[in-house]
Amino acid sequence: MTEVTASERVSLGTDPDVPLLAVENLRVSFGGHEVVRGISFTAHPGRCLAIVGESGSGKSVTARTLVGLTGSGAHVRADRIELDGIDLTTQSERTWRAIRGRDIGFVLQDALGSLDQLRRVGDEVAEPLRVHGWGTRASRSRKAIELLGSMGVPEPAVKARQRPYELSGGLRQRALIASAIALDPKLIVADEPTTALDVTVQAQVLDLLAEAKAHGTSIILISHDLSVVARLADEVAVMRDGEVVEHGPVHQVLRRPRHAYTQALLDAIPSEHTRGTRLSRGGNVPQRSRRPVDRGRPVLEARHLTKVYRGPDRVDRTVVDDVSFELFGGETLGIVGESGSGKTTTARIALSLLAPTSGEVLLHGESWSTLPPRRRRPLRKRIGVVYQDPLNSFDPRWSVGRITIDALTMGNRPPSSRAEARERAVRLLEQVGLGDQHFDAAPLRLSGGQRQRVAIARALAPEPEVIVCDEPVSALDVSIQAQVLDLLTDLQDELGVSYLFISHDLGVIHHMSDRILVMKDGQVVESGTADDVFRRPQHPYTQRLLTALPRLVPA
Amino acid sequence: MSAASVSPAATRARLAAIRVQLRPATAASLLVVAFLAVAVIAPSVLTSGSPTTIDLQHTLLSPSFSHVFGTDDAGRDLYTRAVYGARESLGIGLGATGLAMAIAILLGFAAGLARGIVDAVLTRILEVAFAFPVLLLALLLIAIRGPSVATEIVAVGIGSAPGYARMVRGQVLHVRQAGYIESAVALGHGRWVVIRQHLFPNAIRPLVAVMTLGVGQSIVWASGLAFLGLGVAPPSPEWGALLDAGRDSITTSPWLEIMPGLVIVLVALAVTSLGRTLQHRLEGAAR
Repeated sequence: MTEVTASERVSLGTDPDVPLLAVENLRVSFGGHEVVRGISFTAHPGRCLAIVGESGSGKSVTARTLVGLTGSGAHVRADRIELDGIDLTTQSERTWRAIRGRDIGFVLQDALGSLDQLRRVGDEVAEPLRVHGWGTRASRSRKAIELLGSMGVPEPAVKARQRPYELSGGLRQRALIASAIALDPKLIVADEPTTALDVTVQAQVLDLLAEAKAHGTSIILISHDLSVVARLADEVAVMRDGEVVEHGPVHQVLRRPRHAYTQALLDAIPSEHTRGTRLSRGGNVPQRSRRPVDRGRPVLEARHLTKVYRGPDRVDRTVVDDVSFELFGGETLGIVGESGSGKTTTARIALSLLAPTSGEVLLHGESWSTLPPRRRRPLRKRIGVVYQDPLNSFDPRWSVGRITIDALTMGNRPPSSRAEARERAVRLLEQVGLGDQHFDAAPLRLSGGQRQRVAIARALAPEPEVIVCDEPVSALDVSIQAQVLDLLTDLQDELGVSYLFISHDLGVIHHMSDRILVMKDGQVVESGTADDVFRRPQHPYTQRLLTALPRLVPA
Repeated sequence: MSAASVSPAATRARLAAIRVQLRPATAASLLVVAFLAVAVIAPSVLTSGSPTTIDLQHTLLSPSFSHVFGTDDAGRDLYTRAVYGARESLGIGLGATGLAMAIAILLGFAAGLARGIVDAVLTRILEVAFAFPVLLLALLLIAIRGPSVATEIVAVGIGSAPGYARMVRGQVLHVRQAGYIESAVALGHGRWVVIRQHLFPNAIRPLVAVMTLGVGQSIVWASGLAFLGLGVAPPSPEWGALLDAGRDSITTSPWLEIMPGLVIVLVALAVTSLGRTLQHRLEGAAR
């Protein structure tokens, strides 16, 4: 069996100065609405061009245009799209099929959606080989296993026989990349390849792409995440509303941006450097003096929480293992961890939406999780919740106004008349940056940021002392994320509310939290003040997390 | 981007899609249903004759301009009879579907909310009932109680209830997982408030369309029973009864079967088509 190593994939005679792909004045429109407005760029062998931007900037459409997958509704025009001397603008669907997979590999964000659930992973990886008539059935299946192996997939022969849903997110993403590079394409177009992944897995996937780049492959990386870009890209194009607003070498764009939008994007990224500053509106403006944390009696206290689930195989799994913490008035306690670390389960136990197997939660020093539901219900107004997906947390039939009023009626001072209810709901909406004009709107018609503001207004309505925020900004664009984080900080200063803040994003956690718990496999592996945990991590896992974290400025 | 963040543009496009212009099939169905509504409310608007006037001078006439559907063996105008029969036929269709839905909601919610052993037992019972042919169940009931409109409604209603009940249970299980249910609990709402405010309306919503589909089906079943002589008795102008009455002269005067048959097919088709349209729109609106 011949071991095909990455080094053999080097195409000889590739000159980094001659562009592999040249795009001039690309325009894409859908039904008269232009989403890409005349952008030009080149991709060179052994180099990575990153196209960054927020949702709606046109970056994903650009990526799909490069592989001829814009769909039938799109109208694509360009002065030139040339791959290795072949004009791509005039290609038929038939020629596209020959080019895709062979000359251009395409990696999508959603590995679960991109792999056929009913086929074995090995067959999926070998699919481009089969389509392009490479080798025999047996040799293809061997090659698929080799490819998986070269992607760092453990036990590739076993994994190749499994189906996508049996693999973890990181393994699926690696299988997808293996499939994209199966035929050793000259160009890889990767659309948000690591967005759905945990930090440590993200680091592995970025390393794989970096290795492909080192061996002469040209990479076009589409991403919203500037720190991911910093790790892999040589060149960056910043897109906004279908146009490239800034384009240059990565260190120049990220360190000395020329365009105000790039600067705003960079300022909006939360990290250890942004603590105590505002993220939105110009950035780096110091916050008002913070209200001091009340270190008297904790408002929320968890004592030795454990949650055990019995799986269908009758094996017990400990999802939360002896977790204890205290949350004081006006304080933010961050819980950070990767998927499956038990942080969301801990949040649900803190909210008494889930009973712990053992241990208890105290609210204001009084029993909370051990109360019978009837006695617990009147206390629920003292602890609110904001979820990652606000839309799913709103009844689809209800308007913003009705959602807010419903929450107001659960508080200590329920409104006594319709007029008062409306007035207070509007005032609450104004407090979170919305207004009267949103009162009758359906949440479905609001933007992601606006929806999260409604969710925050609802959480605030009963005037709670604690709000549990479970990944509240994970689905938002960086500039919207900045606004929502600023809003949460402002509200804390104004109202003295405490946050139990859960996130997988180390930057967000560092920016927001006074104290931090690091969770892994249900256990708290490290806890302490934000600076202690981030500057002087004690536990090897924390250290690994921090090493894996892509940074704008090298540490 | 993740599914959570639907861009405003996509949302607008979806809302525009809900407001699609009337397709010809939908327009035709609406016309049939409008005609049907008039026949039920004020049949005299659509015909000047009476469904029971016997005219022995003009028996068994084939369709013509004066008698568009022809006449029967007693010289009664078939078109007039079909128009007057609408009230009873549609009444059976609506009544049976309503009854089926009531039973289905009761059992479906009981199973979906209780879970555990109650759910297991109810679901098994429903599955057995579902496997039992509707017609056989109806025959059994009619054999016990004798043919009448009420029996027919009960028979078809009970017969089609298990299918709906399974659907309701599925909806309840689906909706109780929704984030807004947990949000309502987290706000401090009690169990019954959550069920009344969120679970019930959201679980029922998709069934509106299914119910419309059911009306067409019930009409067909009821007519089938009547044709077998197990429904409403022949002097009545109910559509199934018309079919039953014409059965003996099917070779000599086929219009006695064809005309009421066409009416049943047309109505069932129109109602089903409207149900489908409604279903698509509601599904589109409910993300």
